[in-house]
Amino acid sequence: MSQIIDPRRRGFLRASGITVLSASAVALLAGSEKLALAQSGNAANDVAILNTALGLENEAISAYQIGATSGLLQKPVLDVAVKFQSDHKAHRDALIATIKKLGGTPVAARSDAEVAQALNAASLKTQIDVLRLAQRLEKGAANAYIGVIPSFSDKALAQVSARLAADEAMHWIVLSQALKDPLPANALSFGA
Amino acid sequence: MVRRAILAALGIAAAAPAAAGDAVHGKELYESRCGGCHSLDANRVGPAHRGVYGRTAGTAPNFNYSTAVKESGVVWEEQSLDAWLTNPQELIPGQRMNFRVAAAEDRADIIAYLREQSGR
Repeated sequence: MSQIIDPRRRGFLRASGITVLSASAVALLAGSEKLALAQSGNAANDVAILNTALGLENEAISAYQIGATSGLLQKPVLDVAVKFQSDHKAHRDALIATIKKLGGTPVAARSDAEVAQALNAASLKTQIDVLRLAQRLEKGAANAYIGVIPSFSDKALAQVSARLAADEAMHWIVLSQALKDPLPANALSFGA
Repeated sequence: MVRRAILAALGIAAAAPAAAGDAVHGKELYESRCGGCHSLDANRVGPAHRGVYGRTAGTAPNFNYSTAVKESGVVWEEQSLDAWLTNPQELIPGQRMNFRVAAAEDRADIIAYLREQSGR
């Protein structure tokens, strides 16, 4: 680790030894100050990827809001949903900070009502239904972050994408445990 | 799988890739790989996909596409979808998806599912 992480970043990483990245953490890890000074077609494409990721995070925040206010979630599941929503808010804030540092304009979030319609939230009738929706979205999010890694021109941003994927995978694991699902039968179950 | 091997051995897989795709596996892949951003019947982070096969890029109703995709003139069929899933930026520079599916068999299966869901 010491060979690949800039010493200026190491203290920050030590301080942030938790599952969630703060906005400044992602911006710092991504080396975005350097990129911001050297905007190019490739950097513009990186911004486009980050903006698509932001759209995904915005949808996740709305989805957890819909779940948390549905009246279907009981404690302690409700507390977990709120925690995961806070993770997605941290991702959102980190992405917005990085997009701005790269000279881009963050996409606006859709309303909770629009997201509810797109996700057919009216069909949610039980706590299990909400958990299944969250589980499906979290796996999709993890796979989305994995699937865009080869498209980043900046390897530091690709690394950030991997870290975000790890957070989403962690959420998926917890949700899968809550649903008492069996473990994946095979290794390398994400991104496949 | 056997059919795909036979087609490949006959050197006609490229000419008839639709027949090689496994739509059942494609459904699984679609839900796990594409489902973070896409649904069949609703615009989300990405556009709704039912009917995408045979459709001109950038024409799904009420979705805010990039200018690049709207002006691409690409029609979504076997080869264009394969190229798109291989490397979207290479097919349509300036697009916003950037998600890649590395394995050719996975791409074929996803395309087979999208084709099936488009009634083609």
